[in-house]
Amino acid sequence: MSACLDIRGLSAVLPNGQRVLRSVSLTVQPGEVRALVGESGAGKTMIGKAVLGVLPKSVRVVEGDMLIEGEDLGQLDAKARRTLIGARTALIPQDPLTALNPSRRIGPQMTDRLVRILGWSGERADKRIRQLLDEVQIRDPERVLKSYPHELSGGMRQRVLIAAAFAAEPRLIVADEPTTALDVTVQKQILRLIAQLQRDHGTAILFVTHDLGVVAKISQKVSVLYAGKVVEEAETAQLFAAPQHAYTRALIAATPRYTDPYASLKPVDESVLAGLAAEIAAADQSWRPGHG
Amino acid sequence: MDEARIARRGLSPRLWLAGGWLLLALLAAIFAPLIAPQDPLAQDLMLERLPPFWLDGAEPGYWLGTDSLGRDLLSRLIFGGRIAFIVAFAAATSACLIGSALGLIAGYFGGWADRIISRVVDVWMAFPPVLFAILLVAVLGTSLSSVILAIAIIDWTRFCRVIRAEAMSQARMDYVESARIAGYGRTGIMLREVLPNVLPSVVALLSLEMGIAVIVEAILSFVNLSISTDDPTWGSIIAEGRLSIHQAWWVLVFPLITLILTVLSFSQFGEALKARFDPVLR
Ligand SMILES: Nc1ncnc2c1ncn2[C@@H]1O[C@H](COP(=O)(O)OP(=O)(O)OP(=O)(O)O)[C@@H](O)[C@H]1O
Ligand SMILES: [Mg+2]
Repeated sequence: MSACLDIRGLSAVLPNGQRVLRSVSLTVQPGEVRALVGESGAGKTMIGKAVLGVLPKSVRVVEGDMLIEGEDLGQLDAKARRTLIGARTALIPQDPLTALNPSRRIGPQMTDRLVRILGWSGERADKRIRQLLDEVQIRDPERVLKSYPHELSGGMRQRVLIAAAFAAEPRLIVADEPTTALDVTVQKQILRLIAQLQRDHGTAILFVTHDLGVVAKISQKVSVLYAGKVVEEAETAQLFAAPQHAYTRALIAATPRYTDPYASLKPVDESVLAGLAAEIAAADQSWRPGHG
Repeated sequence: MDEARIARRGLSPRLWLAGGWLLLALLAAIFAPLIAPQDPLAQDLMLERLPPFWLDGAEPGYWLGTDSLGRDLLSRLIFGGRIAFIVAFAAATSACLIGSALGLIAGYFGGWADRIISRVVDVWMAFPPVLFAILLVAVLGTSLSSVILAIAIIDWTRFCRVIRAEAMSQARMDYVESARIAGYGRTGIMLREVLPNVLPSVVALLSLEMGIAVIVEAILSFVNLSISTDDPTWGSIIAEGRLSIHQAWWVLVFPLITLILTVLSFSQFGEALKARFDPVLR
């Protein structure tokens, strides 16, 4: 069986030649959650956008392949690529406020895609959306469907977006820090909901986060990203038990623990970062697109 | 927020005052032949420069007095409203359609479409608008349609600039990206996702532009470049009133008040409508 998502040696550059992704390879198997961790600016969001075909215009992919369920996106023309991505993937975004159109009611916003893009009947789409709202534990779907986004709380909006993401039964969901913009108390509920729906629907998720605590809770596999480079990948349990890379070890050490939140908290070691920077600079020196 | 809440309950005095005046003026213009107490063109030298009704020497039936040819001022204002409203609606709607469409395209698509449209707007706005209008009408000839055309040709840039900026910020929003991921085409996203969000601004600008069109038409009439008929327009009445300011101040003052009230009402009505349309303020 081919991987749900297979990224092979993906490199991307900015107009000034700076590399934002450095030969990134990662796979997400069907029904599996792969966490993508790294600090701010590491390129996590870039990878998600590359998969979904919405990279900023300024970012250019210079090498590498992306396959969704064995279909090479690079081999498809733009229209076929959009159709494939639209049918098989979905996004759970970071900021649930800006991800919903402020001037349209929730109901039409959610059914629209099923009806217009996937050609469902209005009735079927409506039924499906209500079912999903129930799954994300929205108790008053009538009110929510009639609401404008700003009339709902952040947690409610994120539930709506989770329901929308799962509604069309995508094979792969990219979740880009789906809890970061939320209240701490709501974060856990949302995380649990995503995990629940993921299990029920058997959907593969590429889960972007900078929080190792979240990684431990939700994922089976992890890729650790630093400056656009995957420095380590492993099964989640394995990664925590025996981190191989110095950066991963430093990252784990820098993550607070509930048992002893302060004692274990120390910043990522300077020398580790210096070593990494030197390593990456050396790699950039010898790198040519297509030969990296 | 308070104002918005009042607006939602439909109690905004601004909306009612502005809307009320506009409705009154519009109905008067539409039903002018039924409402006007006198024939606006009928001259009667026996009745010249009659003062408004509360002053000594006023005649019944000539509420706001008469001008130096003995024509009834109120009737002339009512009939003048016809041309004012025709110009306001036709010119503002044309400017709005052209400007908003180009602004939406420039702001949402960006790239070369934006570069071309923005360059044209820059060049356009380098002309002083009133001079531009006078020049255009001088070239196109003095008729109702050329006045409308001139205003539309000049003022579409107002819409274009504002709508471009709004569409641009909308295009960066996550829900536009989500729509692209879902597989919507670019044009579909522009119309379904972006347009509804810029619509409140379009409505406000449209109403404001109607007021501007009324002023521009009045200015053109004032300099004798508007419609070359005997039909009264607010601008031509003001021009006549200016000549007889010392003998009959009312011929200048009443059309000015009418003009100012109408222009202010258009702009206030637009703002109030915008607050009403905007789902976040609503
Ligand atoms: N639109 C853009 N154009 C050019 N460069 C960008 C753009 N967006 C991000 N970048 C750069 O690309 C790099 C990766 O950014 P990215 O957003 O993927 O980081 P991230 O890992 O998602 O960080 P965060 O945790 O803060 O979301 C950063 O160096 C950033 O400055
Ligand atoms: Mg990010």
